Amino acid sequence: MNEENTILSIKNVVKHFDISGGFLDQLRFKNGRIVLEKITVKAVNDVSLFVKKGETLSVVGESGCGKSTLARVVLGLYPPDSGEIHYGGTRIDNLSHEQMLPFRKKIQMIFQDPYASLNPRKTVQQTLEEPLRFHHPELSSNKINDKIDQVMEQVGVDQAWIKRYPHEFSGGQRQRISIARGLILDPEFIVADEPVSALDVSIQAQILNLLMKAGRERDLTYLFITHDLSVVRHISTRVAVMYLGTLCELAKAEDLFANPCHPYTKALLSAIPVVGEKRAKQIKLKGEVPTPVNLPTGCVFHARCVYANERCINQVPALLTQDNGTCVACHAVEENRVIS
Amino acid sequence: MSHLLEVQDLEVKFALRFGDITAIDGVSFVLDKGEKLGLVGESGAGKSVTGFSIINLISKPGYISKGKIFFKGNEISSYSDEKMRKIRGNRISMIFQDPMMTLNPVFTIGFQMVETLQAHRKISKADARDIALEKLKKVHIPSPAQRLSQYPHELSGGMRQRIIIAISLLTEPAIIIADEPTTALDVTIQAEIMDLLQELCESDNMALILITHDLGVVSQVTEKIAVMYAGKIIEYGSTDQVVKNPIHPYTEGLIKSIPGTVIKPGEDLVQIPGMMPTLTNIPPGCAFNPRCYLKEAICTTKTPELKDAGNGILAACHLK
Repeated sequence: MNEENTILSIKNVVKHFDISGGFLDQLRFKNGRIVLEKITVKAVNDVSLFVKKGETLSVVGESGCGKSTLARVVLGLYPPDSGEIHYGGTRIDNLSHEQMLPFRKKIQMIFQDPYASLNPRKTVQQTLEEPLRFHHPELSSNKINDKIDQVMEQVGVDQAWIKRYPHEFSGGQRQRISIARGLILDPEFIVADEPVSALDVSIQAQILNLLMKAGRERDLTYLFITHDLSVVRHISTRVAVMYLGTLCELAKAEDLFANPCHPYTKALLSAIPVVGEKRAKQIKLKGEVPTPVNLPTGCVFHARCVYANERCINQVPALLTQDNGTCVACHAVEENRVIS
Repeated sequence: MSHLLEVQDLEVKFALRFGDITAIDGVSFVLDKGEKLGLVGESGAGKSVTGFSIINLISKPGYISKGKIFFKGNEISSYSDEKMRKIRGNRISMIFQDPMMTLNPVFTIGFQMVETLQAHRKISKADARDIALEKLKKVHIPSPAQRLSQYPHELSGGMRQRIIIAISLLTEPAIIIADEPTTALDVTIQAEIMDLLQELCESDNMALILITHDLGVVSQVTEKIAVMYAGKIIEYGSTDQVVKNPIHPYTEGLIKSIPGTVIKPGEDLVQIPGMMPTLTNIPPGCAFNPRCYLKEAICTTKTPELKDAGNGILAACHLK
């Protein structure tokens, strides 16, 4: 999967969280004996992806599918349990804090909730100058102020507001400030975790336009995490669909929306409400998303899939590349059992 | 013939330290038997307050300062608390956004359902359980008998919302007010819940007021739509017409700002500049004028009334 222009590659990343608590919480009484039992949430299971320079790769899925965990693993906020993250040819998941610093400048994150991600006790100026002072101690105050002015203008925040605190701003303006903070170090790569989900529709359009404009002007690469499929369709170059911590489909955005392959992707797309259209037949899924604590055997989707058979229950499907470049992890697609 | 529900010139104010603010300003609409109405708008537009005031759930410092609400020809806005309790949750039910917050975590589903029924009817526990079971089947909950003895935390978000819908159905209401019923849920679950609500409305000839910010959901479920902005209805008409040919510049902008409606992928979305004014600071004239691309002198001085704009749409805009 090492193609030309790959800026980031994620290789077989696994991330599990131990939620069993302390020693006493782990004690269980089983078959007349006391045993220690650990409970782990299998958030991300063996996911491999690569992101090409200048593209917007969106990761979509329902809540609990591991998309945010994946984003945080990429940034090094969580260390992966196994697997590797490579950025521009260097492995970054095992670096020390000092070795990681130059990469922190290049990779920035925008969070979902602009109410929680800005420090309420810092003015806009302080929020924006902190990363500059940390990563570029050699810069003079004048240079820093110039830089802040320039970025604030780009994200459309009035420069007169620089001495204000976050509580004085609305959600949309706060998100602009978060984006300004993300852009101030001139990063190459931005991980955006649901950056518009907390915003109203008309504000969401403003922020999406801003992100697309910044992407064009600065030649940014985005890893975009969202559950909103209409947003995904609008901004993405490629889309990765996740279900229960596994990648089920990876395709060019137009291919995915025109011709979804994986049965889960099909169901997901049929559920999006479209303005002005009465609902076409929605593909109903049986049951509910299983918990990531007890993963199903074989294909994680088999219990809800209409095409599931013996093989799906026993064998984990590999991500196979189709003729048009779409990658699908499904035995039924491989065996041509899916009726489109 | 009178309408099932008629809201006339409703005005809701909140008494705050620095004076009263008007959250709802002259809202009127009607709802007939079996009809589905969507109340749409951004946060702070007053759509939830409108829903709450129908069943008089506005609590201090809020109060209904003007206007009348009729249910089956009776003026329920003048009812005492005690009289209102016979309507609220009985003839008119409400479903709220967060299914975790609306169920009591310390009681079983069965207890909460029986309690609701016994609050409104003289009925034995066993009979109430039978009705509860029947309603759980109606909302397609798998193994309903077991659910009765389960606690809310044992169920997923979508399941809980189904339970809440089942509770709201217990007394066979004439109207269900659903306030953002699927906002906290995933798309696939959202689609199921919306299908369910639609199916129930049709089978029981129930009316639905769907409060949401999601125009996609509204356009699939409802027949009529009321678009709200800064406490007023600014456009009102059949959903199909409004969505296809919006009259008010705000509705138009709202539809075009949704990815995938008008604009091709990758191109800039149509954006409405600025944001909705806070209720303490509503601009004079048309509240939308600072954000409007059609704005003329009259918009800043005179407040537009809802008037016929053709195609059966009412719109509050001077220029249309």
